[in-house]
Amino acid sequence: MAEPLLEVRGLSKSFGALSATDQVELDVLEGETHAIIGPNGAGKTTLIGQLAGDLRPDAGRIRFAGEDITALDAPARSRRGFARSFQITSVYRDFTALDNVALAVQAHAGHSFRFWRAARGDEALRAPARAVLEEVGLGARAEVPAANLAHGEQRQLEIAMALATKPRLLLLDEPVAGMGAEESQRMVRFLATLKGRETMILVEHDMDAVFTLADRISVLVYGRIIATGTPAEIRANAEVRAAYLGED
Amino acid sequence: MRHGRRAIVFLGLVLLLAAVPPAAALLGQPFYVDLLRRVMIFAIAAVSLDLILGYGGMVSFGHAAYLGVGAYAVTILAVYGVHNGVLQWAAAVGASMLLAAAIGAVSIRTSGIYFIMITLAFTQMLYYLGISLDVYGGDNGMRLPMRSQFGGLIDLGNGTEFYYLVLGLLVLVVLFVRRLVDSRFGMVIRAAKSNEPRTRAIGFSPYPYRLAAFVISGGICGLAGALLINHTAYLTPDLMHWTRSGDILFMVVLGGMASTVGPVLGALVLLVLENALSNWTEHWQIILGPFLVLVVLFARRGLGGLLWREERDG
Ligand SMILES: Nc1ncnc2c1ncn2[C@@H]1O[C@H](COP(=O)(O)OP(=O)(O)O)[C@@H](O)[C@H]1O
Ligand SMILES: [Mg+2]
Repeated sequence: MAEPLLEVRGLSKSFGALSATDQVELDVLEGETHAIIGPNGAGKTTLIGQLAGDLRPDAGRIRFAGEDITALDAPARSRRGFARSFQITSVYRDFTALDNVALAVQAHAGHSFRFWRAARGDEALRAPARAVLEEVGLGARAEVPAANLAHGEQRQLEIAMALATKPRLLLLDEPVAGMGAEESQRMVRFLATLKGRETMILVEHDMDAVFTLADRISVLVYGRIIATGTPAEIRANAEVRAAYLGED
Repeated sequence: MRHGRRAIVFLGLVLLLAAVPPAAALLGQPFYVDLLRRVMIFAIAAVSLDLILGYGGMVSFGHAAYLGVGAYAVTILAVYGVHNGVLQWAAAVGASMLLAAAIGAVSIRTSGIYFIMITLAFTQMLYYLGISLDVYGGDNGMRLPMRSQFGGLIDLGNGTEFYYLVLGLLVLVVLFVRRLVDSRFGMVIRAAKSNEPRTRAIGFSPYPYRLAAFVISGGICGLAGALLINHTAYLTPDLMHWTRSGDILFMVVLGGMASTVGPVLGALVLLVLENALSNWTEHWQIILGPFLVLVVLFARRGLGGLLWREERDG
């Protein structure tokens, strides 16, 4: 079997006495959609934060595409191909949807010590940004300030920003959280179109979404991964059912 | 036209300022040329602060440091017989940029109240350094031996010529900062101000961009310092007093942050009002203070925001 794109070994992080990430081991294969499920407070967001480079682990290693990236910060990881959406929507509220995505394009178009030409008139940034907005279904909303977009649209915009960086690994922290049923179905359908093309780590509460999208699932409880397997294996796993799926 | 009204306000301001010398001559009130020249010099300083404060979210409470360094650079060169204006002003801008690089390198790693305190502390240090420099007048200050010389091209001793030079530089600075904030570079510092975690997540390290903005801002303010010393022809450490930093900060907030033109308006209103009120009563501060507080409370985007009503640049 080929080397995994992402290898996490012995990752641990505590907040005081609370062990939010406890000896986590995780492999994500190229092209895989890997869901991480677990009850509230299990440490999913904390794990994503450490993968993205926003949080420093207390111990453990992270390897990405054969390189040890444990010491790299978030911008450096982004340049190597990490892209994320935040559990709490994080966009540039004063900027238009197109500006938001164009910034993501710009971040990966060489250095930005370019002082003279207006960035908003720069087709090298605008054209790819427009294409990604079209792809996520926000083409008609390009000129709307992000603050005026509906909640679901803002979540789509976050994913557009992630895609605009041409990522090798997408970290999606509850992409359908807070969405209405219809919005959420649309998002799941869209994520299904990415499946296979993108490698994704998907943190999600919505079990329908998880079982539709995931190739493999890891179950996180109290900071520990108690099981990893295909959706069928996870459904059948007695420990998981007891700990999480609410059955006995 | 997103910024149409703001551009019109700016054009109006420039025409108004351009009309001051002939109008003052007509009215026999040459004092106004002096007052408005001072306004424009502070406007340059305020626009430079807006670059990092309004667009970059960096609350520098020490911009007077660059005014001071610009003024000291010009004076020190003049004391040693270098009167060439190009050399003097280049030294003023260069020294200010170096100082900004040093202060920025330390302060930009912090944020919030720490950023404010560090920029303030550096400026206080320079203020006391100025007081201790007896060779250059120490506490009492000293006269500028001779105004900057531009080989007969322009005579700063001529109030009107100097006035139009300052006006020209103000227009250039405003246009320059506008271009800057709309460039790729400008978009990075604005993005980092608007949402830093998001900015890092898409791959920008904000630090070098912020530092560069800080250095450019310091350089522009150093130019204002070179102008100011030629305006007053008297060097004093008071140029670097923390209240001076406060004045500049206030001009930006009063006129409207992140709007480039707003700070010009802020400088104009603050200094003209200060002048008018101090002529009228010695208790002018009691009137000016509450007025400023009211503006800031009720016009969230400053006076400029009332005029052009557009969203600020973010
Ligand atoms: N910055 C922090 N400081 C202290 N405790 C934290 C911090 N962030 C998260 N926690 C705690 O760590 C645990 C895991 O949180 P989180 O990763 O957000 O869980 P999840 O995303 O699975 O709901 C929770 O108990 C939470 O309260
Ligand atoms: Mg979470």
